Amino acid sequence: MLVDRRRLAQVANVRGMPEFGRPALVLLLLGILLAMVTALFMTYDLKGSLAFALELRGRKVGGMLLVGFAVAYSSVLLHTITNNRILTPSLMGFDALFVLIQTSAAFLFGTLAFLSLDVRLRFGIEVGIMLAFAAILYRLLFGGENRDLFLLVLAGIITGTVFTSLTALIMRVLDPNEFLTLQDLLFANFSTVNRDLLLVSAAAVVVIFVVTRPLLPQLDAVAIGREHAINLGVNHRVLVRQCLAAIAVLVSVSTALVGPVAFLGLLVSNMAYQLTGTFRHRYTPAAAGMIGAIALIGGQFLLQELFASVVRLSVIISFIGGIYFILLLLKEAGR
Amino acid sequence: MIELSGVTKRYGPNTVVNSVSLTIPGGGVNALVGPNGAGKSTLLSMIGRLLPLDEGEIRVDGLDVSRTAGNVLAKKLSILRQENQVAVRLTVKELVEFGRFPHSQGRLTAEDSRHVEEAIEFLELTELSGRPINRLSGGQRQRAFIAMVLCQDTDYVLLDEPLNNLDMRHASQTMGVIRRLATELNKTIVIVLHDVNFASYHADRVVAMKDGAIVADGAPGEIITGPSLTEIYDLEVPVHSYADRPVAAYFAIGSRPVPNRNANHRPPTKAVLATDH
Amino acid sequence: MQAMSTRRGPRPAPGRIRDTALLGLALVSLTVVSAWSLFIGVSDINVSDLLQADSSKMLLFVESRVPRLAAILLSGSAMGVVGLIMQSLVRNRFVAPTTAGTVDAASLGLVVATIWFAGVSVFLKMTIAVIFALAGTALFMTLVQRLRYADIIVVPLIGIMLGGVIQAAATFLALRYDLLQSLSAWTNGDFSGILRGRYELLYLVGAMTVAAYLFANRFTLAGMGRDVAVNLGVNYHRVLYGGMALAASVSAVVVVVVGGIPFLGLVVPNLVTMAMGDNLRRVLPVTAVSGAFFVLVCDIVSRTIRFPYEIPVGTVVGVVGGAIFLALLLRSRFNAG
Repeated sequence: MLVDRRRLAQVANVRGMPEFGRPALVLLLLGILLAMVTALFMTYDLKGSLAFALELRGRKVGGMLLVGFAVAYSSVLLHTITNNRILTPSLMGFDALFVLIQTSAAFLFGTLAFLSLDVRLRFGIEVGIMLAFAAILYRLLFGGENRDLFLLVLAGIITGTVFTSLTALIMRVLDPNEFLTLQDLLFANFSTVNRDLLLVSAAAVVVIFVVTRPLLPQLDAVAIGREHAINLGVNHRVLVRQCLAAIAVLVSVSTALVGPVAFLGLLVSNMAYQLTGTFRHRYTPAAAGMIGAIALIGGQFLLQELFASVVRLSVIISFIGGIYFILLLLKEAGR
Repeated sequence: MIELSGVTKRYGPNTVVNSVSLTIPGGGVNALVGPNGAGKSTLLSMIGRLLPLDEGEIRVDGLDVSRTAGNVLAKKLSILRQENQVAVRLTVKELVEFGRFPHSQGRLTAEDSRHVEEAIEFLELTELSGRPINRLSGGQRQRAFIAMVLCQDTDYVLLDEPLNNLDMRHASQTMGVIRRLATELNKTIVIVLHDVNFASYHADRVVAMKDGAIVADGAPGEIITGPSLTEIYDLEVPVHSYADRPVAAYFAIGSRPVPNRNANHRPPTKAVLATDH
Repeated sequence: MQAMSTRRGPRPAPGRIRDTALLGLALVSLTVVSAWSLFIGVSDINVSDLLQADSSKMLLFVESRVPRLAAILLSGSAMGVVGLIMQSLVRNRFVAPTTAGTVDAASLGLVVATIWFAGVSVFLKMTIAVIFALAGTALFMTLVQRLRYADIIVVPLIGIMLGGVIQAAATFLALRYDLLQSLSAWTNGDFSGILRGRYELLYLVGAMTVAAYLFANRFTLAGMGRDVAVNLGVNYHRVLYGGMALAASVSAVVVVVVGGIPFLGLVVPNLVTMAMGDNLRRVLPVTAVSGAFFVLVCDIVSRTIRFPYEIPVGTVVGVVGGAIFLALLLRSRFNAG
C-alpha cells in the first residue's frame, strides 16, 4: 500500500516536472509561429507598389492581431469570473448587442450623420453604451443566488438572436432599398479596416492590458472559485466588475473591426488552456491571444490563396466552433 | 475575539438567522450544532464575509467584516465551505500555495514556501503533493483544503462541516487535525458539526442553533444532555458517557419523535443523514 | 431544473366547455384578423371593390391576397403543431424545428438541390429538403441520446449548435456558388413572394397537420416515456420516429415555400400548454389556431411597420418570438428555483 502510493506520487512528480516550463515554452513557440505567419502574410506574392501593398496588408494584420487578442482575452476573463469554459462574450450575445447599438445609433441620428461622425467619437459612444450593458450583465450573471450555467448560455444565444433580428428590423425600417448597402457600411470586415478605427482600437486594447495587468494574480485565485477567492482576500465584487468592463471594451474593439466572430473566443481560449496545461493568467491570455491571431492571419491567408476570398473566415470558424461546442457539451453532460 | 451583535439574514420572507449575538473569545474549538436549516452555515458564512448581513454587526479582533478590506481580513480569518469543487486543474501543492495569496499576492517568498511545506506535512500530504486534486479521494481532498486554510496562517479558522461525506477513518483523522490546530498552533476554530458526538469529544464549547437563533451555549457536558438535545432536535436521545464525555446514541433509536411538537416531522434518522444546506 | 425535466407540473383540470370556449374564441379572432389582413397591402382594395367585381382588383385579390392568407394559416398552424409534437416526443419544452437542427438541415438540402439538381422540379427539390431535414433531426436525436440525463437546457443547446454547424456548411456552399441571397430567403421566412401557383405545396402540410391530430393520443403516450407507452401497448419507437419524421417533413416543406419562421414552434405550443396542459388531443387544435394567429399578426406587422415596404415576417417573429421565448426561459428558472 505504502509503496504503491509512493510510486504514484513519483509518477505524478515526473509528470509534473515538465509542466513547470511548459507554459513558457508554449508561449515561445506560439510567438515564433505568429511571427512566421505574419511575415508570410505580409510578404507573400507582393506585386505592384510595395509601399501601398505593405500598408494595406499591415492594416489587415493589425486588425487581425487586435481582434485575435481582444476576443481571446475577453473570453479568458469571462471564463475565469464565471468559473466555466463554455461561456464566451459572443455566446452571451455581447457582440450582437454592439451591432445593435451601432444600428440603433444610425437609426436615431440618421445614417449619414452617424457615419460621418468622427470615428473616435463614434467608438467612444458605442463603448459607453456597452459599458452600461455590462452592468446589466453583471446583475444577470452574479445577481441571483444560484445560476444555472447552461441556462445562461441558452438565454445568451436567444438574446443574441433577438438582437440580430432587431438589428435587421431596424435596418429594414431605416431604408428598405438600401438594406444591403447599409449592412456593408455597418458591418466591418478585414479588407476595409479604417485607419483611425484601428488606432483607436489599438489604444483601447493597450489601455485594457495596462489596467488589468496587476489584476492577473488575483484572477488566479478567482479561478479556483468565488468563495475561495474571498477567503484569500480578493475583493471579488470589484474585480468581477472590472473584468466585465474590460470585456465590454474588448468586445467593442473586435466587433467594431470585424463584426461578430461567434466561436473564435471559445476555440482559442480552450486551446490555450490545453496547450499550456495551466489556468494561470500569466500565460493563458497571452497564449489564447496568439492562437487567435495565428488562426485569423493564417486562416485569412489560406482562404485568400485556396478559395480566392470567396469563403469567409467567420463561416469556417462557426463550423469548427459549433462542432467543438457540441463536443464540449457532450463531455460536460454526456454519459 | 469574534463578536456578533444582532446579526440577521433574510431570504425573501424567510428569516434564516434572526438577531444572533455571540462572543467567541480567542482559542479553542467552538462547535456550532443544530438541526438542518437552523442557520449554522449561513451564520458561519456571514462571519467569513462570504454572505452580506441584512442587519447587525460582526467584528473579528475589532475589525468589522462588512467594511474591512478583503486582504486585511484574509490574514486574520479563513473560511472553508463544505462543498469544495474546483473548476480548474490544480495539484495539491498548487492549491496549498494559494493559501499564501493574502501574504504574497501570488509571488511566493522563501517564507511562503516554508509555510506551504509545513502545512503539507502537518496534514500528511507530502506524498500526494504532486497529485491533481480532482483525482484525490474525498478525505484526501478535504485535507488538502484544510492545508490551504492552514497555510493561510490566520488566527481564526472557520470550517463548515469539514467531516461531511468522510468515512469513519477520515472523519476521525480530520477532526484530530482540527483539534491539533487549536491545541498545538493556538488557532481559534469555529466549526459547524453535524454529529454532536464529534462536538462532544473535540470541542471546548458548543453553541446550538435552532430556527435561526441560539438556543443553547456552553461546555459539551452541558449541551450534550438528553433534555437539551430534545430541545434542539425535537428528538428524545439517550445520552451515555464515554471517556468522560457524553455520547448521544441517536443512531440507536428508530423513529421516535417527540409527540405534538412538530406536526410534519420527518423520521429522525433521515434528518441526521441528510446534508445541511 | 430537475423538476422541469419531468415536464410540466399539474395543470388545470380538463374541462370540455372551457376547451371549446377557448378554441371558439381563438377561431373567432383568427377569422376576424384574417378577413382584415386581406385588405392590407400596397394597392388599396376594399369590400365594395370586390362587390363591384372590379376585375383588376379582383385579380390581385385572388392571385395574391388570398394565397398569402392561405399560406400564412397553413404554415403557421403546421409549425405550431409540429413544435408541440416535438416537445412532447423529446419530452423537452424547448425543442422545436428551429432548435433541433431541422430547419437548418432543410435549407442546406435546398442549397444542395439548387447546386447539384438545378433542373429538377420544385417537388423533387422539396423531397431533397425533406430528406435533409430528416437526416438533421435524426442526427439531433442521436446526439441527445448520448446525454447522461436529458437536461432541459442542454438538449436545445445541442440542437441550436447543430443547427449553427449545418447553417455554416450551407453558407459555405452558398458563398461558393453565389446563392447567399437565396439562402437568406430560405432561412428568413417571407410571405411577400406568395402568389397563386407558388404555395400549393403547403396543402400537403395541412394534410399532415390533420394526420398529426389523428395520432395525437399516441404522441401523448409516447411523451410520457417509453415505459408508460410500452405498458399501454404503444410501439414506442415507431411513434417516436414516426412523429419526428412527420415534424421534419412539415418543417422542410414550410422552409421550401415560405422560409424559416424562428421561435414559432417554440413559443406557441408553450403558451398553449401552459394554459391547457399536455393532452395533445385537446391542445393540438388550439395550438394550430394560435400558431396561425401568431404568424398572421406578425405578418400584418411586417406589412405595415414600414408601409409601403415589407419586412420579412421571419425578422418580426425573430424579435417578438425571441422576446417571448426569453421570458419563458427565465420564468422556468424561477419556477424551478
